Amino acid sequence: MKAKQVTVLSGKGGVGKTTLTASLVSLTRSCVVTDCDVDASNLHLLLKPEVIDKKEFYGQKKAKIEASKCIECGLCREACRFDAIRNFEVDPILCEGCGVCAYICPAEAINLEEEVSGYLYTSRTKYGFMCHAQLKPGEENSGKLVNLVRKNAETLAEKNGLNLIINDGPPGIGCPVIASVTGVDLGVVVTEPTLSGIHDLKRALTLLNHFGIKPLVCINKYDLNLKNTERICTFCKANGIEVIGKIKFDPIITQSMVAGKPIVEYSPDNPVSKSIAEIWRRIMKELDLDV
Amino acid sequence: MILSVASGKGGTGKTTVAVNLALSMERKVQILDCDVEEPNVHVLLKPKVTERKPVYIRIPKVNEDLCSHCGECAKFCQFNAILALPTEVIVFPELCHGCGGCKVVCPSNAIVEEDKEVGEVVRGFSDGIEVVYGILKIGEPMPVPVIREVKRYLDKEKDVIIDAPPGTSCPLVHSVYGSDFVILVAESTPFGLHDLRITVDVLRQMKIPFGVVVNFKGVGDEGVYEYCKREDIPIILEIPFSREIAELYSRGIPFVETLEGWKARFRELTKRIEEYI
Repeated sequence: MKAKQVTVLSGKGGVGKTTLTASLVSLTRSCVVTDCDVDASNLHLLLKPEVIDKKEFYGQKKAKIEASKCIECGLCREACRFDAIRNFEVDPILCEGCGVCAYICPAEAINLEEEVSGYLYTSRTKYGFMCHAQLKPGEENSGKLVNLVRKNAETLAEKNGLNLIINDGPPGIGCPVIASVTGVDLGVVVTEPTLSGIHDLKRALTLLNHFGIKPLVCINKYDLNLKNTERICTFCKANGIEVIGKIKFDPIITQSMVAGKPIVEYSPDNPVSKSIAEIWRRIMKELDLDV
Repeated sequence: MILSVASGKGGTGKTTVAVNLALSMERKVQILDCDVEEPNVHVLLKPKVTERKPVYIRIPKVNEDLCSHCGECAKFCQFNAILALPTEVIVFPELCHGCGGCKVVCPSNAIVEEDKEVGEVVRGFSDGIEVVYGILKIGEPMPVPVIREVKRYLDKEKDVIIDAPPGTSCPLVHSVYGSDFVILVAESTPFGLHDLRITVDVLRQMKIPFGVVVNFKGVGDEGVYEYCKREDIPIILEIPFSREIAELYSRGIPFVETLEGWKARFRELTKRIEEYI
């Protein structure tokens, strides 16, 4: 049987995706978890994975001009659409590795070079398997690495007969987010009752709708602004989207992070943990899985 | 002076710092929101919009009448955006970077380029502050072309504040490129520290000077402080953890407008930054 997949996303960063994901994993136990935020990943700080396999990831190539062969004709600079060539040198930050400069160079002075742009990890945690990755700083986050992380998780789930994959998504709505949600059974959008939170929630929901993925919404820090929480609920209701939980604004979440533990383990009796357990049960029910 | 406000982790208060800083500055200010996936500056500043401009990238279109199905275009494309079948060529616009390489290599001149809208740039004014922000179209994967367009509006006659996207990859790098100084906003928690470190790596590679603003001071641990001390990174401002500030933010109100003394503190911050540059 193919594993069910849920992705936790938010649009806006820092609203509590990883806090929620870590707790969902802790409550589920038998699942594979992925950290699809390969850029500024944090889930490992709570789940403490032990790496069992590490692979190099080759992403974007970069052009390089060999100064000794360069005849300084300037054709490459004219052809480059990314303004990446200045003074007969390639700026690796602006270069997108398309290879047009190398192709048109009459002196064959330009090569595309491949470099390691990140690492892919398979790990074990006390909850089961974790698939994650680290992109090198400044590299292109094209979604390719996220795809590899997710493929890895799917293989592990199949091999070990696990029926659930939980994906911790990155912020935003671009490439890596799209790669984190394609083909999943459910998207859980975490938001907060701030004007920016609402703005970004709407964009995240539109994205899920665009890809035909069913959304459920959780409101974190709901008591920070009850009027805005009400607005979110009204908006969701009008659009036929269920709000499956509200979590209190409580510094205990930060304390659990400092302790390096999912909140449901750090303080199981706290109202925050109880709300998360309720959210978890609702997700499992939606996916038709036993709790 | 071009100042970028960045942080690896999301939700640490980049936009809060950028907007409050803009409101505190004495000279003419322009604020560029380069977080085009989730722009929020306009939510706080509510500019009166004077201009909206679509952002296009150029993607290939194959003229099947001229195409000889040699497959050179697909072979050349580094982004796998073209699939050349024996009798048909398929373009995947979401993967195309718009480099124009396929057109250059095509021996039959069968490729023309057409504009594809990937987002828009909006310009407006809020109490004399010029606000420019980009919006990536939903479903479009690549934010960089929109960021590039936002940055074309950069006005060197003014003090420029760039609100950068979270993360440490391409979009961040393109946003802060060319800045005189980067303000890194960090919360002193394990997540905050982890993401601060990787952002510091990028800025060191880019050789841009930077300092840290600690936000939500009072919750979390000492990790960020210890790290900054060890690495000799200046902490240029601290903003306390306060329910009042959080509530003001939730209503879209920049806190320098209501809490006393903060405009002066942000002004001092700019002076300190000028000294570093």
